[in-house]
Amino acid sequence: MAENSIKIRAKLQEDVTTVKALMTHPMETGSRKDKDGQLIPAHYIQEITCESGGKTLLTAFWSGGVSKNPYLSFKFKGGKAGDMLKLSWMDNKGESASEEVEIS
Amino acid sequence: METDLKRRILLKGSLTASALGVAVAAGLLTPQRVLAAWPDKAFAAKTLPEMLQELLGDGNTEESGDINIKAPDIAENGAVVPVTISTNIAGAESIAVVAINNPAPLIASYNLGEGAEGFVSTRIKMGKSGDVIAVVKSGGKLYSAKKGVKVTIGGCGG
Repeated sequence: MAENSIKIRAKLQEDVTTVKALMTHPMETGSRKDKDGQLIPAHYIQEITCESGGKTLLTAFWSGGVSKNPYLSFKFKGGKAGDMLKLSWMDNKGESASEEVEIS
Repeated sequence: METDLKRRILLKGSLTASALGVAVAAGLLTPQRVLAAWPDKAFAAKTLPEMLQELLGDGNTEESGDINIKAPDIAENGAVVPVTISTNIAGAESIAVVAINNPAPLIASYNLGEGAEGFVSTRIKMGKSGDVIAVVKSGGKLYSAKKGVKVTIGGCGG
């Protein structure tokens, strides 16, 4: 998988950390056709996991209905500045990527 | 790192459901550490009750004013429709995002872990105009809200 396919930020404000992530992925549904009328095979992220300090903050199951180059944002309590936060994804072809960021 | 990842994928693929079940029963793996399989039946379901039955084990929802769906009234480009779901339902465990008129209506299912707030934001594809439905699970019950989005150019076709 391409390098730096995830851009992620985790910002702590008062006691809530807001995570914003952008992933590079085609998110093909499998029902789109190319210009020759051939179906483009499905290729999309199916699972997302986000964890920090040994705790799972969020897991997600996605379909090809999530837009290309997906954006995901969520919020959680209990994060501290300087903690590391990790987001990983796996797609329907078994490809995966992950990225870590420090909460600031 | 690379080989580690491949090993994990291989392991995940080669373990049968029953083997996992045995491992869980034997206490070798705590349920939190076993990522449940991608719910293919829920993603294939065409109706909300069928989908929710597969996904959350219950097909009934109660409309709730405590779920807020932020999405445009009119989406010029159905390929990229920003949708933000927020809820102040206490003890929200999961949030599902559905575009009911899509060929595959279930778009995303989020499980909120420890400390996670009732908030998720994603950009979704919408094939045609219709309702965006958010389903929140809390205390064994399902709550829902919907918002109509008019799509001028569909985002699912070729």
